[in-house]
Amino acid sequence: MTAPVAISLSVNGERVEAHVLPRLNLADFLREHLELTGTHLGCEHGVCGACTVRVGGEIVRSCLMLAVQANDTAVETIEGLSDSGEIADLQAAFRDRNALQCGFCTPGMLMAAQDLLREKRMPARDEIREHLSGNYCRCTGYQAIIDAVEATARMRMELKV
Amino acid sequence: MKASAFAYARATSVAHALELLAVHGEKARVLSGGQSLIPAMNLRLVAPDVIVDIGGLAELRGIAVEGKTLVIGALTRHADLLKSSDIAKFVPLLAAAVAHIAHPAIRNRGTVGGSLAQADPASELPACMLTLGASIVVRGPGGERRIAAEEFFRGIYETQLAPQDLLVAVELPVADSGSAHFFQEFARRHGDYAITGLAAQALLEGDRFAALRLGYFAVGDRPVLAEAADKLTDVAVTPALLAEASDALSDELDPHEDQQATPAMRRHLARILLRRCVASLLKRPDLQLGGVA
Repeated sequence: MTAPVAISLSVNGERVEAHVLPRLNLADFLREHLELTGTHLGCEHGVCGACTVRVGGEIVRSCLMLAVQANDTAVETIEGLSDSGEIADLQAAFRDRNALQCGFCTPGMLMAAQDLLREKRMPARDEIREHLSGNYCRCTGYQAIIDAVEATARMRMELKV
Repeated sequence: MKASAFAYARATSVAHALELLAVHGEKARVLSGGQSLIPAMNLRLVAPDVIVDIGGLAELRGIAVEGKTLVIGALTRHADLLKSSDIAKFVPLLAAAVAHIAHPAIRNRGTVGGSLAQADPASELPACMLTLGASIVVRGPGGERRIAAEEFFRGIYETQLAPQDLLVAVELPVADSGSAHFFQEFARRHGDYAITGLAAQALLEGDRFAALRLGYFAVGDRPVLAEAADKLTDVAVTPALLAEASDALSDELDPHEDQQATPAMRRHLARILLRRCVASLLKRPDLQLGGVA
């Protein structure tokens, strides 16, 4: 019964069919089976947030989800958001504000930040901090990250007005 | 770390899930959102032979008001509670508590039933259920039964659920008019498990408590309803009385020691929460500032 299970899902808009062992988590499936290595694994128990991806439009921890649970869902990774241009301005702000540092936490930070900016046009700094509180930066670059998210929110406001 | 190998079965209905649990019993674990179970499996704290995935059972999802009772399906997610106008209106304590549960990415997957079945003594929802006088609805081989929250939690990660049981819903009394709530916890980082927390529900009559329930969490092996609340009910609360209730609270709590805090620190934080709670619910800042609690 520990045999592979058939799954069918969409990843960054492309149909994916696979057979996976039940113990395989979604992060490893993305990295090892699909070679989408932008999703990072830090703690593997839900603390660090480096593995954040979108499932059905909502951010989740891909280390706390089995690949078999992703059957019939639409998964979006940092590669999808980056290639579509959805977060080009946010990525530019991270570069401009020196919010990248070593880059390990960056994919998860970008996923979480974009999630907040989709929900709220101009979040206060405290709201940005709270929304990113589940993402660890091991370089402790938090101030610059908050700056970059705030700057992106402001730029998007100005563009829309 | 990674979870050890296991077999996987996707339940297609509650009846199917119960059949799977009847067959596999203690070798199986129920998977809903997985936000407690999967970290425990990744850390190899648990290694079930079989996972029964109930994540697709839409019949267990949703919030409904039935007269004076609010019913929350076991698969309702933390994020759903946070967005629900019924929760905000009828059990506002829960809405306040959920904002402290982990982080958005975890609230999008974590479920009410999963949190209650996990029974982590530092998590918010078990204490809220105790405070609110909830009934836990369970289905097992003998049919459906209701367990009072006060009976349900038995110890660290330990509940009244038998291996063949499935937690299907919780039932909560709708808050009376004139009721008020307080929720606060101390944590190292917003969203982390609490070092000490308090979920309180009160019924106010003028400047007094007609009823007061204080559900403390992370101060023992399970959430506790503090008996010290009785000292503050149906009386005019003075700083001296609050100090007396705080002493009684210290005596009745039996906090554990871990990497985060000593028992003495947890007692101290519990007293601070009591003072803040009473001052806030009675709108008496003097009790918080001037008291010796």
